[in-house]
Amino acid sequence: MAPVSLKKLVKRYGALEVVHGIDLEVKDREFIALVGPSGCGKSTTLRMIAGLEEVSGGTIEIGDNVVNDLPPRARNISMVFQSYALYPHMTVGENMGFSLKIAGRPADEIKEKVADAAAILDLSHLLERRPSQLSGGQRQRVAMGRAIVRRPDVFLFDEPLSNLDAKLRTQVRTEIKKLHARMQATMIYVTHDQVEAMTLSDRIVIMRDGHIEQIGTPEEVFNRPLTKFVAGFIGSPPMNMDDVTVDDGKLVFATGATLPIPPKFRQSLTTGQKVTFGLRPDDLYPSGHGLNSGDAEAVAELDLPVSITEPLGNETLVFVGFNGRDWVSRMLNPRPLPSGMNIKMSFDLSQAHLFDLTTGKSLAA
Amino acid sequence: MKLSRLSAPALLLFPAFLVLAAVVVVPLALSFYSSFTPFRLTKPESLYVFIGLRNYFTVFSSWDFWVAFGRTVLFLTIALNAEMLLGLGLALLVSKAVHGQRLLRTMMMFPMMFSPVLVGFQFKFLFNDNIGLINNGLQSLGLTDQAIPWLINGNLALFSITVAEVWSSTSVFAILILAGLLAMPRDPIEAAHVDGCTPLQTFRYVTWPYLMPFAFIAMTIRSLDVARAYDIVKIMTDGGPAKRTELLWTLVGRTAYGDARMGLANAMAYFAIVLSILFTVYFFRKLAAARQQIGAEW
Repeated sequence: MAPVSLKKLVKRYGALEVVHGIDLEVKDREFIALVGPSGCGKSTTLRMIAGLEEVSGGTIEIGDNVVNDLPPRARNISMVFQSYALYPHMTVGENMGFSLKIAGRPADEIKEKVADAAAILDLSHLLERRPSQLSGGQRQRVAMGRAIVRRPDVFLFDEPLSNLDAKLRTQVRTEIKKLHARMQATMIYVTHDQVEAMTLSDRIVIMRDGHIEQIGTPEEVFNRPLTKFVAGFIGSPPMNMDDVTVDDGKLVFATGATLPIPPKFRQSLTTGQKVTFGLRPDDLYPSGHGLNSGDAEAVAELDLPVSITEPLGNETLVFVGFNGRDWVSRMLNPRPLPSGMNIKMSFDLSQAHLFDLTTGKSLAA
Repeated sequence: MKLSRLSAPALLLFPAFLVLAAVVVVPLALSFYSSFTPFRLTKPESLYVFIGLRNYFTVFSSWDFWVAFGRTVLFLTIALNAEMLLGLGLALLVSKAVHGQRLLRTMMMFPMMFSPVLVGFQFKFLFNDNIGLINNGLQSLGLTDQAIPWLINGNLALFSITVAEVWSSTSVFAILILAGLLAMPRDPIEAAHVDGCTPLQTFRYVTWPYLMPFAFIAMTIRSLDVARAYDIVKIMTDGGPAKRTELLWTLVGRTAYGDARMGLANAMAYFAIVLSILFTVYFFRKLAAARQQIGAEW
């Protein structure tokens, strides 16, 4: 149980700098997800916190101690690896109790703690098995069991669900969430899957090219993305985005299509300004089949052709042709729509996002 | 029976069977049979005298044989253990190399490229008490002013042979263990670091169990050499001085070709083969157990 603090953390491999001085304060007992595309430096950052990679610059503090030069064993952390990283020659029970054995704890204490952890993770009947006799989901639970028997200050997860199939992934995700509620420990979780990050964490850290783009609660990063990158990364299906030019109270797209300027930006935009316009699929819907956010005046309606539909049961994703490409919209209470048919689409502009064309920064105050 | 009445598979396999019979089965059967005769190369007709197990009784009651037998086991135990430790050390060092690992790997295999006969000559020269490099070096360093009789003193001679054998065969262990190290996943080692292991504990509890099957493969291969520890000894000391370095196979060779007592020599050889097979079976079992333990998928 300890806060973790990264200050101006840098990682270099030779001349190549992959993490560029990031700052992050993880509060005690907080669940933080580091998320970003591959190569963004999230795993490297986690491995530096674990002590598996040397720190090239800046400091890492766990609790009140700067741990830069401490080996992993002196940091009181646990880590769950993507590949499970179980010891193949030990039984499940031995795997889970290994850290306690190394620490020289008495055998009956080890047995008790392993039994406790096994009960939490529903592994009690597997303690005598070897990892090779387990399924992927069971192996990952053993890896978590190994992490929790030690009661470490900080749990580190490195893409723990990536090797599991979709159904198991949802199950184990729920178990990790339960685990956090139960252990009341600081957890740092690396993933490239924004759904995992959204569902699990108290706060999300979105990384890109070794920088932090935004830190915020799932609600914040979804509703108020600070940059175009975050807006495009968080949310599924991703936000519709296109470049527009401001002209006399309108946003003009490259093909000449126009939309009114969203109300909240009316004061701040000037004619001739070029910006990126973004609208989530939730805020673009066949009229009458979406949730209006309340400001009826901010809704613009256009007749657009349907290109394809993806029925999901409770809703349908409708791709409509706009500005020369397909924009995704979410249709609630769906009904069948033939391709090529023109339908009236509602653009809920109160929810629109605008980003600076060059810096990619959000224009929302 | 006409040839054409054989089924096609039998017909097609027939030449292979024929060749195998000619080069393996017949000689094997003949040598096994001759171990029950007083066959001497100088008296061909003695091949047809059947004397039952008398050769085997002679072997088992021969003091010389048991001494050579014990010495062979001792020699191999020392040599195999030394080779394993050195091979492990070499493999660990090479696996840590950041640059030039390919070159080091190739260099590591050099001793395997030399004929054991050449290795024998080389070490015979190195250990020569008058002109050998070793004595020369020791004297130049001022460690001794005597000419140490490496190949003349019985114990030193066996030691010198062991050194030559270890030099020429350590690379078997080194290569196989290095293969294991390179194939080993990194994650369990990192997990062990996080779990609180010191580097030494990581090796003891994680790396070594993983490498064990590879060490046993090397052991299995080398245990066959129980039946091959011949050439280096033959060249360096020829079993001397006063039979102090006589191993099973130099004794067999001497009995067969020096004394021309082929029947007796074959009896010894069959016993030595049984010993070799026992070693191999033992290490194979260990290998299978170790493989199962790490859940190897090969």
